[in-house]
Amino acid sequence: MDFSKTMEEKYIDILKQFMESQSEQSLYAGQQFSRLALEQKIPPEEIVNLQKSAMQKLMPDLPDEVWHSYDILLEVMTAYGFAFREYQSLIDTQKEFKNEMEIASSVQETLLGTSVPTVDGLEIGAISVPAKQMNGDYFHFVHDGDHSVNVAIADVIGKGIPAALCMSMIKYAMDSLPEYRKDPSAVLGSLNRVVEQNVDDSMFITMFYGMYELKKHILHFASAGHEPGFFYSERLGEFLDLEARGLLLGVDKGASYKRYEQQVEIGDMIILMSDGVTECRTDEGFIERETLISFINNYITLPPQEIVNKIFRDLEKLQHFQLRDDFTLIIMKRTK
Amino acid sequence: MNININITKQTEDTVHVAIAGEIDAFTAPKLREELGSFSQKENLNLVANLSEVNYMDSTGIGVFVGLFKGLKANGGHLKLVGLSDRLKRLFDITGLAEIMDINPEVKGGVE
Repeated sequence: MDFSKTMEEKYIDILKQFMESQSEQSLYAGQQFSRLALEQKIPPEEIVNLQKSAMQKLMPDLPDEVWHSYDILLEVMTAYGFAFREYQSLIDTQKEFKNEMEIASSVQETLLGTSVPTVDGLEIGAISVPAKQMNGDYFHFVHDGDHSVNVAIADVIGKGIPAALCMSMIKYAMDSLPEYRKDPSAVLGSLNRVVEQNVDDSMFITMFYGMYELKKHILHFASAGHEPGFFYSERLGEFLDLEARGLLLGVDKGASYKRYEQQVEIGDMIILMSDGVTECRTDEGFIERETLISFINNYITLPPQEIVNKIFRDLEKLQHFQLRDDFTLIIMKRTK
Repeated sequence: MNININITKQTEDTVHVAIAGEIDAFTAPKLREELGSFSQKENLNLVANLSEVNYMDSTGIGVFVGLFKGLKANGGHLKLVGLSDRLKRLFDITGLAEIMDINPEVKGGVE
């Protein structure tokens, strides 16, 4: 082959120069050669062959023992050659996986897609960013005409692809129970039975489900082991915990979920999040719920979407732009 | 990101294990691997001392719920002792504190 011919010539040149001068320059040429050889996927035993034939040309009078010694070196290098080819094929497989992951994550985006509803008098901001390619966090809005805005926020325990697949199942289970969707405790109760039956024993889901009644401005909600959100009361200028107790989905099929209520006045906010927000680890330790509140306070006059975007940036900065967990934050604000 | 799992006592029907370090997505598989086989045993009392665990996320919760369900199904029992306030809060939020045997003190646990 022409190519191996030029490789051989190159190698002979480098070798010859080095034998004559032992210069740094020809050592450097040797390094460059090895990079080229790697690019061309030339296995290690081929390099030994190159050396042998180069030596035969440059110093044909060497004793036979020297040529025999190359044969041993060749044998020894064979295993390295196998390892090299294995490495090559792993790289190819990994490329395939990467492509498939990209496809899977865009399929997931399509499957789980939800749009943030535009509602007169209720401004909503939402952000959800996966730590890895597939998101184990999930949020979903359903706008029921003049009656209500329903919001679900969930986190699958267990990360990556299995978690993401599990989330798709939940979304379809949720879509198939429209008749209950106005009652948060019924929604969580029936999802719990779905998860308990269908999901692997060590995979669980936390979920907060809220139904915001648009005429009365009451948030009805229930929680299945989800990180409590906040309720910001403008009149008090205070953040209160949206405390709701309930067991993780998928642990006990008999679990029941209590329904809670919160009256919402003009200027009040409902803040929901995944534990990737409060379990955010920084150099100084964890961010506390108080820290998160102070972040929200910094931006409290901005529209909800801008608040969630800015808080994400701030927390991302605290973690040196390396998210360790999926991150989801939702803010709903009554404006009139 | 390290975890140390130490079996401090092992008899026919009782296993005491002391866990130290961080339980998160990186270390949870190791924990599951080391303790998972116990959940197959009949009538086993497993006591896990978590007093040296300085971080646990929801992945860790997943491991303990798996153990809890497995042991219970085989007539055994899981007890968690020595939980810090932060860990205790995780079990409270997830509603697990109400169904699992959780004790912030180490008493009755690992000597």
